[in-house]
Amino acid sequence: MNFAIPNFLPAAAEIFVAVMVLLSLLLTTFVRERQSARALGYGLAQISLLGACVIVVVVMPSQAVLTFSDLFIADSLAGFLKLMILFAVIVSLLYGRDYLAVRKMDRPEFFMLVQLMALGMMVLVGANHMLTVYIGLEMMSLPLYALIAFDRDNARATEAAMKYFVLGSLASGMLLYGMSMVYGATGTMDLSVLMDAASRGIGVAPESRLVLAFGLVFLVCGIAFKLGIAPFHMWVPDVYQGAPTAVTLLIAGAPKLAALGMAMRLLAFGMADLMVHWQHMLIVLAVASIVLGNLAAIVQTNIKRMLAYSGISHMGFVLLALLSARWIGSEQTAGDAFALLGLQPLPLTVNAYSAALFYAVAYVVMTLAAFGTIVLLSRSGFEADTLEDFKGLNRRSRWFAGMMMFTMLSMAGIPFFVGFIAKLAVLQAVVQAGGYWLAVLAVVMSVIGAFYYLRVVKVMYFDAPQSEEALVASPDVRFLLSVNGIGIAVLGLAPQWLLDMCLQALPVALS
Amino acid sequence: MMTLSLSHYLTLAAVLFAISIVGIVLNRKNLIVLLMAVELMLLAVNINFVAFSHYLNDIHGQVFVFFVLTVAAAESAIGLAILIVLFRNRRTIHVDDLDSLQG
Repeated sequence: MNFAIPNFLPAAAEIFVAVMVLLSLLLTTFVRERQSARALGYGLAQISLLGACVIVVVVMPSQAVLTFSDLFIADSLAGFLKLMILFAVIVSLLYGRDYLAVRKMDRPEFFMLVQLMALGMMVLVGANHMLTVYIGLEMMSLPLYALIAFDRDNARATEAAMKYFVLGSLASGMLLYGMSMVYGATGTMDLSVLMDAASRGIGVAPESRLVLAFGLVFLVCGIAFKLGIAPFHMWVPDVYQGAPTAVTLLIAGAPKLAALGMAMRLLAFGMADLMVHWQHMLIVLAVASIVLGNLAAIVQTNIKRMLAYSGISHMGFVLLALLSARWIGSEQTAGDAFALLGLQPLPLTVNAYSAALFYAVAYVVMTLAAFGTIVLLSRSGFEADTLEDFKGLNRRSRWFAGMMMFTMLSMAGIPFFVGFIAKLAVLQAVVQAGGYWLAVLAVVMSVIGAFYYLRVVKVMYFDAPQSEEALVASPDVRFLLSVNGIGIAVLGLAPQWLLDMCLQALPVALS
Repeated sequence: MMTLSLSHYLTLAAVLFAISIVGIVLNRKNLIVLLMAVELMLLAVNINFVAFSHYLNDIHGQVFVFFVLTVAAAESAIGLAILIVLFRNRRTIHVDDLDSLQG
């Protein structure tokens, strides 16, 4: 029997993180003093994530490489998403460090779980087979459940963990059921084989077509759960509010990118043939989340909950971009407008997928800044997570009130912040695909949504503060938050390089 | 004598899957029942995979089942751990009592 040794190089970053997890598990047990064990755990986690970034860049192949019996793929999309995910996790850890230390949560195990979660997300975006998708998804979710419940005596956090666990398991179950149907209809779980299933004559019989569409429904439900899309959004506000803010940073940032990666692998790659079916489902889901997210956020007084609903509507925008990969309704001459302006329109798929990537990255940058500000305002035993806590922030710190204002204005989509550019990219993709009514609806709901973002700005600048005490954050959090806030403004003024990166990230197979 | 066809297995799996969904959505009493429903859902999926694998003459489906079983074990370990922490904090495992997060 032959057993060829697989090519390990494309998965070098994942292997490095896995080894580092084991190493930090081993090393931190041998450090006797508790404080230095914690510092070591944190340091090793950052080294492993930074090292993984370097390895991803170094081994990034010029074209897609398959390895491990075609289970795993290393292409430009995986490389781009891995970099962004690692970046988001590193920033979340930097923000959360003092917060965790004050609450005695900065034990080495915490950072190990974070590394494992990052590993799961890297596997997920590099999946070329449904098995890898499932394993990556569970490797991402299981550490997250544990991280939320990490503060053992926090009743709200454990409740949030339980809710997330049950609904997350339900989502994976649905995803698996869908996968089994797709497998039954086509006889393959390899996504690149599925992609050209039609051309190979797999799954073209009418009854297997039906099973395939049936499986697709469950796949879409599972993906919507993980992205936090209405009507599968029930866990999002509870988990964001209940989890310690440092963990909310981890949930709200990187996993959204990983879930987008999963959606692109499963739908855009594997189910490209069935785009006509999933496009309709995504339209319903996107409209529901944009409407519900923006309306429900208005009545929230808890900022973490408000940001959760705003996240639901932002994810609706990401779906809006994904579904513009095909003509919406009948083929129309939306290209005319582009021709008038002397622009050469990109192919629909390229335009749509790159807009989705750009929007997700922009959202993650903004959400990190927003939750970073909450971390900045929080003290020992006190969560600054209600609107009250933001009252008069301008009088306590002009600079950080300004940074929070940048973030809120950017999320509202006000020019010229990165959130505006991201919304513009999505809307032009929708319009190019002929979905005028969708674009109008999205704009109207964004205007409604601007209300609750601007309310935060109003509260910060025009209300009297509850206490005049100065902020007690460490210099590195202050520095990072400043960089993050300025980054939002700079990315809005000079977005071209990120847009180009998103375009280049799309593999040849998708364009 | 009646032979078992693929659709028999698929129906069984669909029924089990439906029972587990109902168990998660309608259950308002006990969290342990909820965890059992989650396990049942994964088993329904396993039946699907094995049945398809047999009728397609393809081994991949059965390999997948091993991975699902392994992950299910890890998942229930984490679920029970969270359940214990929750019980220590709340002194209850009733679904209806998990209502401190609302708005």
